[in-house]
Amino acid sequence: MSIFETELKKGNFVIPECPACKELVWPPSDYCSLCFGELKWKKSDRIGKILEYSRKEDTFFCLAEFEKKIRIIGTLETNLKHPDIGKKVKLDSCSIDGPNYNFTLVLI
Amino acid sequence: MNKAAIVAYGNTKFSTDDIPIESLLLNSTKSLFEHTPNLTQKDIDTVLVSTNDNAKYLSAILSEIAGIQPKTAHTVESLCNSGTNSIVSAYSYIASGLSNVVLVVGAERKNSPGQVLEWDNSRGEYKHPIFWGTIFTKSHKREFGTTEEDLARVSAKNHKFAKDNPNAYSNKVFSIDELMNSKILTDDLRVSDCSRPCSGASAVLITSEQVSKRFTDRPVWIKGIGQKTLSAGFTKNQSFSSMKSTREAAKIAFEMSKLNPSDIDIAEVHDAFTVCELMAIEDLGLASKGEGRKFVKTLYETENRKINPRGGLIGAGHPLGATGIAQVIETTQQLQGTAEKRQIENAKVGLVHNMSAAATSSTVLLLQS
Repeated sequence: MSIFETELKKGNFVIPECPACKELVWPPSDYCSLCFGELKWKKSDRIGKILEYSRKEDTFFCLAEFEKKIRIIGTLETNLKHPDIGKKVKLDSCSIDGPNYNFTLVLI
Repeated sequence: MNKAAIVAYGNTKFSTDDIPIESLLLNSTKSLFEHTPNLTQKDIDTVLVSTNDNAKYLSAILSEIAGIQPKTAHTVESLCNSGTNSIVSAYSYIASGLSNVVLVVGAERKNSPGQVLEWDNSRGEYKHPIFWGTIFTKSHKREFGTTEEDLARVSAKNHKFAKDNPNAYSNKVFSIDELMNSKILTDDLRVSDCSRPCSGASAVLITSEQVSKRFTDRPVWIKGIGQKTLSAGFTKNQSFSSMKSTREAAKIAFEMSKLNPSDIDIAEVHDAFTVCELMAIEDLGLASKGEGRKFVKTLYETENRKINPRGGLIGAGHPLGATGIAQVIETTQQLQGTAEKRQIENAKVGLVHNMSAAATSSTVLLLQS
């Protein structure tokens, strides 16, 4: 299991960064996709913004961006019918469930 | 570089039947042989199989059960784009002189493992294609004011055209109202907006110029090829209302062929979802950005079959590995003047657009009679 997945399993969202290139690497990988160098892992502040969203039955699913690069689709917990694009969200929880990562986002 | 021609083809009906992958491959190959009187198994020096099926060594298996002993035989897999990728491989074998006669056969079963890209964990638990289809649709609606009626019109047009395609899974014509009341999948997608995974197979024979005359007096030439892979992850797309890989692939193909979007008489585009047809029309340069819906409205109202005359993926069905090859066959029939009820008058130049995994990669082929 990768460092990313080991941490995700504990509920931590860690971000891979290449110290040489000063670039975030996404999706998480074993090496930097630019220089193939070793990665360092930092804790995310978990604050992102909504890029797009829709709803299946009563569940909102949302494409969100973190640190201007890292994008995930997660479940958005909100009482609003029409959240605004660009609105700030927090990654409330994350985990691994079988073959899938699970992300839950809340509006802030 | 040798010229490459499409000289023969064979199809099976696309259906939701449960058919073994080997039978699908063989049936479309049999159909090709039956329609190509001068062809013998000994003529074929390369066999390519396009599929996402988990079965192994299918090109050798097909060769054996079809009585072919080719020099080269292998599988090509690239999700929904597999068929056009295998055509590009065939072109390369011919152009380089490594082969003279390439049999390309695409097949898929209805429960293909290629429908969901498990690797793309950035999609979280929302890996099924309906979620990226929804995000594309919502984004196109937001940016260009696309409506549910615009989307339903794409589906109505493609079902209508599929009625004249004997190999299509759908043979029913729907009104726009009926489609706008079909089952809701998400806030932005109805079941009528989606192509349906099918069982089916399609086969083409691609040869060098010298050999082509033995099999047809109406060869269709592969004049332009453009491909672009930007990533494997849906969330890496920079825009969700257009398909960058398609724009880049189209640019490459038009440059290679010295043709322009205004030269296109018929286009087969990858309508995995209704919004994808609008985006493809726009990104291929057939209409300005945001004008795809007006373009389709005119086609629908005038019964102009320029886009997806066989019914697209929505009307014909989507057996992943066969789709790109079925698109090439339709374009070939149109350029040969043999498309019967679907025939577009005086078609000379055709375009085939195919893509994979939420347009993370695209292929554009330009064909000319």
